[in-house]
Amino acid sequence: MATITYRDALNQALREEMERDPNVFLMGEEVGVYQGAYKVSRGLLEAFGEHRVVDTPIAELSFAGIGVGAAMVGMRPVIEFMTWNFALLAIDQVVNSAAKMLYMSGGQIPVPIVFRGPGGAALQLAAQHSQAFESWFAHIPGLRVVAPATPYDAKGLLKSAIRDDNPVVFLEGEMLYNLKGEVPEEEYTIPLGEADVKREGNDVTIVCHSKTVAVAHKAADRLSSQLGVEAEIVDLRTIRPLDVETIVASVRKTNRCVIVEEGWPFCGVGAQVVDEIQRAAFDDLDAPVLRVTQADVPMPYSKKLERLTKPNPDQVVDAVKQVSYLDGN
Amino acid sequence: MTQAKADTALDAGRAEFYHDLYRKMLLVRRFEEKAGEAYAQGKIGGFCHLYIGQEAVAVGAIAALRDDDYLFTSYREHAHALARGSPAREVMAELFGKVTGSSKGRGGSMHIFDAGRNFLGGHAIVGSHIPIAAGAGFAIKSRHTTQVAVCFFGEAAVNIGAFHETLNMAALWKLPTIFICENNRYGMGTALDRAAAVYDVAHHACSYDMASETVDGMDVLAIHEATKRAAHLARAEQLPTLIEARTYRYMGHSMADPIHGHYRTKEELEEQKKLDPIDRLERRLLDAGLATEGDLATVDSDVMAEVEEALEFAEQSPDPAPEDLYLNVCRD
Repeated sequence: MATITYRDALNQALREEMERDPNVFLMGEEVGVYQGAYKVSRGLLEAFGEHRVVDTPIAELSFAGIGVGAAMVGMRPVIEFMTWNFALLAIDQVVNSAAKMLYMSGGQIPVPIVFRGPGGAALQLAAQHSQAFESWFAHIPGLRVVAPATPYDAKGLLKSAIRDDNPVVFLEGEMLYNLKGEVPEEEYTIPLGEADVKREGNDVTIVCHSKTVAVAHKAADRLSSQLGVEAEIVDLRTIRPLDVETIVASVRKTNRCVIVEEGWPFCGVGAQVVDEIQRAAFDDLDAPVLRVTQADVPMPYSKKLERLTKPNPDQVVDAVKQVSYLDGN
Repeated sequence: MTQAKADTALDAGRAEFYHDLYRKMLLVRRFEEKAGEAYAQGKIGGFCHLYIGQEAVAVGAIAALRDDDYLFTSYREHAHALARGSPAREVMAELFGKVTGSSKGRGGSMHIFDAGRNFLGGHAIVGSHIPIAAGAGFAIKSRHTTQVAVCFFGEAAVNIGAFHETLNMAALWKLPTIFICENNRYGMGTALDRAAAVYDVAHHACSYDMASETVDGMDVLAIHEATKRAAHLARAEQLPTLIEARTYRYMGHSMADPIHGHYRTKEELEEQKKLDPIDRLERRLLDAGLATEGDLATVDSDVMAEVEEALEFAEQSPDPAPEDLYLNVCRD
């Protein structure tokens, strides 16, 4: 196994899939000559040429639409948004075109396309550049929504996303690009729709995805060393389709659950997870499910306020204490 | 304004071709009239945008294309599907929401798809299909074939950002795509000169260094020739073209809207009907001695029979099965 960054894992996935299938191409702002705003596409222009690594003008709506049209006639486009914040300009193409084409054509026209790019807050980028949009896209039937937390998952899931016959919204963590992890030398893929138990434990389930997997790990370490509470960490990896089975199996074992996500609380991913748990495992619960989310405000610029806004391990520890009735109340 | 120009003489050697154009335009006219009736009877639901008056554009343009070219249209698209060769019965059944319809009753009037004929919708967000068509152009270029992608849209779509973004990229990347603006002068009830600073739609091509043409959209042969030139440019040099076809719709924006009233007068409508594209070809055929009144009456009764059969088929066809509600949300 090689230890590589999340960024390089994504790069390998793109390179391998472009080598494997001539219908795959990468299109977006600064993906070619500039080597990618976050260097995910480094070296791909040199390897595949300007017809397969296509620099676009700043025109998210229409290069997303060009991707949809190319997919409708059998190509497999990977559309890079420099960040998902800019993808809001293109949401008509993602939601109204890509997601619905198969259904409204009576099954005639699949749209095998990947929309990818970094999402979530980075550091002091303020309100318009710090947003996690998982729940926006997960709301839409016809879309797959993926948000990997590790280099291993990022590579395996991106390869599956490119091979999938449906439109996939692939949300990378802007703060994860430098994260290192082990990735096998040999080829592998990870099926969409399968959660992963990142840490086993019997006392509480922490459901998380993308950046909050690291938050959950920090909380779990502290819970173990300070309180002897062993948390099981369930990384969703794919938000839609949601792996309800893995979540419920864990909750049946631990009887307690805390959900951590980077998005805002209202109608968030966690709200959906809570709904699934209460229907499938109501009698197994020893406490109400709690959620830790980003504070319900647009992201402030101030470093101090930003820290207060993002979900952190202390909040997760507190929530676990609460569902375990260890909080003294 | 849409004005009649002196018509060019017909070529006697192409009588069969003219007859085919005439038949297709009449099929569209009769189909749309019947759809309007069925809508009024409550047999067709939702929005239903009729094409009556504009027949020359779809029929003339599509006759200039190859079967392997890709077609994209807006929501006023029954005509384009028929002109492409989709069976009238399948299009009508789709309007009726039946499982035998083009899109198996999942799309309706605004979302006709016929993948086997490279008829790729049926898009109901104004202007959204302009980049999509360019995407097919991109794929053609990637595969080095000589196909073209063709996009039909109304003049109101020209004010959408996607139109400008797409023309820029199509010209920049030399995508073999033909953009056909069907300028019927009204975006719903808003006249073009009340919505656009530039009245001549074709002039927008200058901003993107793209070839363009303005054609009389009530002249099926003019549309046909313009599309042929654009297709040649796309196939030979992979260059896009913007065609503005000046046309006119006789009906309201949709069946739910008034035919005239606040936004246009009855007199204007009647004046425009004098330029009717079907009447016009009919006169030319008769004047050139390429058809008799009797020939044309036979065409009319033939297409009426086809439309009646389509209606019967649509009425008799089953609804989609309830157990298939979730079919094709995603592909496994």
